[in-house]
Amino acid sequence: MADAEINETPRASRSKKPHVAREVSGTLPVFDIQGLSIVYRSGAKDTKAVTNVDLALMPGEIVGLVGESGSGKSTLAYGACRLLRPPAIITKGNVMYRGRRVREEGMSVLDQSRSELREIRWREIAIVFQSAMNALNPVLKVEDQLFDVMDAHLSLSRTEKRERAESLLDLVGIARDRLKSYPFELSGGMRQRIMIAMALAVDPEVVIMDEPTTALDVVVQREILSQIVELKDRMGFSVLFITHDLSLLLEVANRIVVMYAGHIVEVGTAEQIHREPAHPYTRGLLNSFPSLHGPRRELAGIPGTPPDLSQLPPGCPFMPRCTFATEKCQEVDMKLSPVDASKDAVHTTACPFVKPEDHVAQVNVRTRAAK
Amino acid sequence: MTEQTKTSESAVGDVVLEAVSISRDYYLGRGRSGPVLSAVRDVSLSLYRRGVVAIVGESGSGKSTVARMLAGQETLTSGEVRLDGKVVHLKHRRAFRAYKREVQMVFQDPFASLNSVHTVRHHLERPIKIHRGIQGKQAIEEEMYRLLTLVSMTPPELFLPKYPHELSGGQRQRVAIARAIAASPRVLLADEPISMLDVSIRLDILRLLSDLRETLELAMLYITHDIASARYVADEILVMYAGEIVERGPAEEVTQSPAHPYTQLLVSSAPNPDALGSSLKTGTKIVPGQAGSALSSIVGCRFSPRCPFADEQCRTTRPPIVPTNDGRLVACWHLEQAAPSSVALTTKPRTTRAKKVLEKPD
Repeated sequence: MADAEINETPRASRSKKPHVAREVSGTLPVFDIQGLSIVYRSGAKDTKAVTNVDLALMPGEIVGLVGESGSGKSTLAYGACRLLRPPAIITKGNVMYRGRRVREEGMSVLDQSRSELREIRWREIAIVFQSAMNALNPVLKVEDQLFDVMDAHLSLSRTEKRERAESLLDLVGIARDRLKSYPFELSGGMRQRIMIAMALAVDPEVVIMDEPTTALDVVVQREILSQIVELKDRMGFSVLFITHDLSLLLEVANRIVVMYAGHIVEVGTAEQIHREPAHPYTRGLLNSFPSLHGPRRELAGIPGTPPDLSQLPPGCPFMPRCTFATEKCQEVDMKLSPVDASKDAVHTTACPFVKPEDHVAQVNVRTRAAK
Repeated sequence: MTEQTKTSESAVGDVVLEAVSISRDYYLGRGRSGPVLSAVRDVSLSLYRRGVVAIVGESGSGKSTVARMLAGQETLTSGEVRLDGKVVHLKHRRAFRAYKREVQMVFQDPFASLNSVHTVRHHLERPIKIHRGIQGKQAIEEEMYRLLTLVSMTPPELFLPKYPHELSGGQRQRVAIARAIAASPRVLLADEPISMLDVSIRLDILRLLSDLRETLELAMLYITHDIASARYVADEILVMYAGEIVERGPAEEVTQSPAHPYTQLLVSSAPNPDALGSSLKTGTKIVPGQAGSALSSIVGCRFSPRCPFADEQCRTTRPPIVPTNDGRLVACWHLEQAAPSSVALTTKPRTTRAKKVLEKPD
């Protein structure tokens, strides 16, 4: 019974192809952040961590959220789940959740009472936290921690819980006898898998993964990523994948959202972000990681440091570090507009000055320079 | 003649620091009766002036233990470390201090390696006083300015009074590097210096390290689990698995045509943005494996439980070191299967490898 519920979750809108935009697919996003702004308030000074962010997660989609530390990506995700406490304040915006188990028109996460939130959290929206070392309770066995989640949301007998816990461990590829282990008896990769198992324990519709593989080495990282993709295909949940490593996202995500200083600066499919990056910041990110395959490129990186979010200059926050900056950048309103209006509305950027032709030329220059 | 493959075409200088078949065992039980973990076994390497050697391996492969042994912070079970050809003995405090003057370390976590209750000034002042013996406020101040300028933290007077919590991760790592070079060492051991930093900052730090190597003529050991960054920084790459070196050779050859099955796994695991729609999206499963065990009770090849080419011989007998035709050394029984193109035509595999001197192929 437990097996059945975990393994077979028919989803109306499940297909191999990602749903790229709501106009195209016709379905509504399962998790929809609309114009969200979050500040950290201290005295009269506001630190604008997230400013006017729209982000929609379609059913069965993996959306990657990438940015440097301090860009507001975690604040955005936690804020959207109402996990932030003062001094963090949501000043504006709305978050809609439309899962199978809630009424059709969806519910606004920001309007829910505490008890209603308890119902949604983990049951509908689960989070895989960044550091598995700290997120697991060190004095409880793995099994007790898994049971805890089930007790909170399902009414199952002890045998049913055990069955479900065992099938969860099977799902993430850990031997069943590890249920009796304490977290310290597990390796970093295993702990991370336990975290994923725990997130999937009550069959959520949305899984937020906050840097799930950052502390792991590349081989383990790849195993876990392929597992996430496989489980997503099997169980049909949607993933918001937060990381600072763009090279990883290019492989795993359907759609990538690039964040800088609390603003979304570019959205596009992995293909578009990789081949035709429009925003100078995205280009900088793409040029920052050493590649193992192909010819040795000259790496440029991004000069300078991220701005102080409590005293942002007017206009584009990336201006001080941007190689293409002009005076006009002070008037940029950071609204996303299509990169190429003739093609589709998926690929959008907040930089109004760089045309697609320019960056094609740019890319050519880069490859030529490498030779 | 050592087991070293002399590699880079760039002008590297003389050997500064050398490890000759160093090993480190840990006794897991009480006393010496329990199981023995040989965290590092028979590792030899040479660091050249202006040269960078990288050790690449997963967590628990013993790469940091090698660095700690080279830094004199871990005793050797066997083998020896030589500085300028002289065997290093660190029995006395004075000898240790003199050794530290030459060999400095940069640690992984700049949040933990700086003392949070002391300022940048304090962190730089101490090595200048202790190792350089510079006296007088003015002279010390000038030296601190010079160091901070070297790691491009300018203007220096702005950063000297700051505490670590007032700095970003990248700036902290720069302070840690400045502290290491304050002793004006000839060898810098960098243990995962960029793995805790943001991707966008990593490049700056890597560039800083290679600039310093040039200007200060440092011999550098770069330890990482990210083989892609090793490609960009290092002249020579040593791949470690469960305490042993499984492959070594020039950086470009090791990363572009990995010969040992483990190196092949490492290279194929690195994110490859050019392969959009790769195995990850199609959901192809790769064989999950446990991290390598370094228990000394394991005879044979330590990678054999995860290796697709493993057979009975691999499980029972330690693999020979086989030279390839492009100047690499690979510890594998089945190189002709794992990497057919790089098998040396002339040399026959040797059956014992410990302490045996290998000549360079051709």
